[in-house]
Amino acid sequence: MARISAGLATSHIPLIGVAIDQNRGGEDYFKPILAAYDWTRRWIMQPENKPDVVILVYNDHASAFDMNFIPTFAIGCAESFEPADEGWGRRPVPTVKNHSELAWHIAQSLILDDFDMTIINKMDVDHGLTVPLSAVFGQPSAWPVQVIPLAVNVVTYPVPSGNRCWLLGEALARAVASFPTDLKVQVWGTGGMSHQLQGARAGLINKEWDQRFLDDMTRDPQRLRTIPHIEYLRETGSEGIEMVMWLIMRGALSAQARELHRAYHVPASNTALGHLVLENVK
Amino acid sequence: MPDRLKDYRAAFDDIPGTRVYTTERARAGYWVNQFCMSLMKPENRERWKADERKYLEDWPMTDAQRDALLARDYNRLLDLGANIYYLAKVFSTDGLSFVQAVSTMTGMSVEEYQKMMLAGGRSPEGQRSIKEGR
Repeated sequence: MARISAGLATSHIPLIGVAIDQNRGGEDYFKPILAAYDWTRRWIMQPENKPDVVILVYNDHASAFDMNFIPTFAIGCAESFEPADEGWGRRPVPTVKNHSELAWHIAQSLILDDFDMTIINKMDVDHGLTVPLSAVFGQPSAWPVQVIPLAVNVVTYPVPSGNRCWLLGEALARAVASFPTDLKVQVWGTGGMSHQLQGARAGLINKEWDQRFLDDMTRDPQRLRTIPHIEYLRETGSEGIEMVMWLIMRGALSAQARELHRAYHVPASNTALGHLVLENVK
Repeated sequence: MPDRLKDYRAAFDDIPGTRVYTTERARAGYWVNQFCMSLMKPENRERWKADERKYLEDWPMTDAQRDALLARDYNRLLDLGANIYYLAKVFSTDGLSFVQAVSTMTGMSVEEYQKMMLAGGRSPEGQRSIKEGR
């Protein structure tokens, strides 16, 4: 049977991709940014930890989806996905290979579980998906894991509530557990932490709020389910809302999930970089 | 009877210096945002750079939206329904990074803005609510 072995959360700041793609990790500005992932890079490649498949929860930033199609929850079911050209050329990263059979299985299970997923075949994947892969796996010639893209609308309001995201995570766990092949699966929740990219309030960072969110991912995750949109907006900036995607990951893990690694650094571009690795303790 | 949707949106307007991308803005900004998306194609970027005003003739947006685009007035564009991830196609075509473009909306110079970020970012104190002054 397939099982979820761990969860990972990380910001997906484009600048992390720039640092890696342009081999600028040695610069003082980038050193602490890439160091946030040192532990994870070693941990994930150990055979007992390395997943076969990553379900990667992210948001599209007006790359694959424009104003014509705005799916709240979408799952990529094609065999592979190319990195998007976001206006400055495609990132020089490998094609993303899916576990298409598991992706279709999950789509079916989620829909029967009352989550009306949009099923996507043809789509390019932007920095929201490829930057976390680069942060964790560096610059391989092929990604060492298969990736199921799970895209969430966190741009056009209303975005899904934290609780809805959590419940989707629970349904994801049921979907994975009912897949008959032995597979080690990780769920990654990406985006955040505090940042605001627009208006006179741009540049807002709320370390205290972010730290409490990181703490409560293991200490009091039930509290996080009920944080309303307006609190994310007021406290963490207009783009801090991306953290609802971390709750899909958290909802997919057991109540006893244990923190293995944590990193937090300000600034990476306009953003507070947050990163967590959680073991799915049964 | 309380109007749930109105209250949901009204709370957003109480946040200082912020335009949340609501359904109203999404409706008003459809053509501006779709214009922005067209700049993801290299050939369109070339046509845009060659004659911006002429390029915009193909897009049925309002005069106010057109003027704000030509002036790169990003705060005004947000008011008129543009979204920052769409506008990113415009400032990327101009060769600006997110930090450079975002700083133009704050009334700070790029240098001042970068210094603020290196010092830990903008504090949320006094930036949460206009009504409550916190």
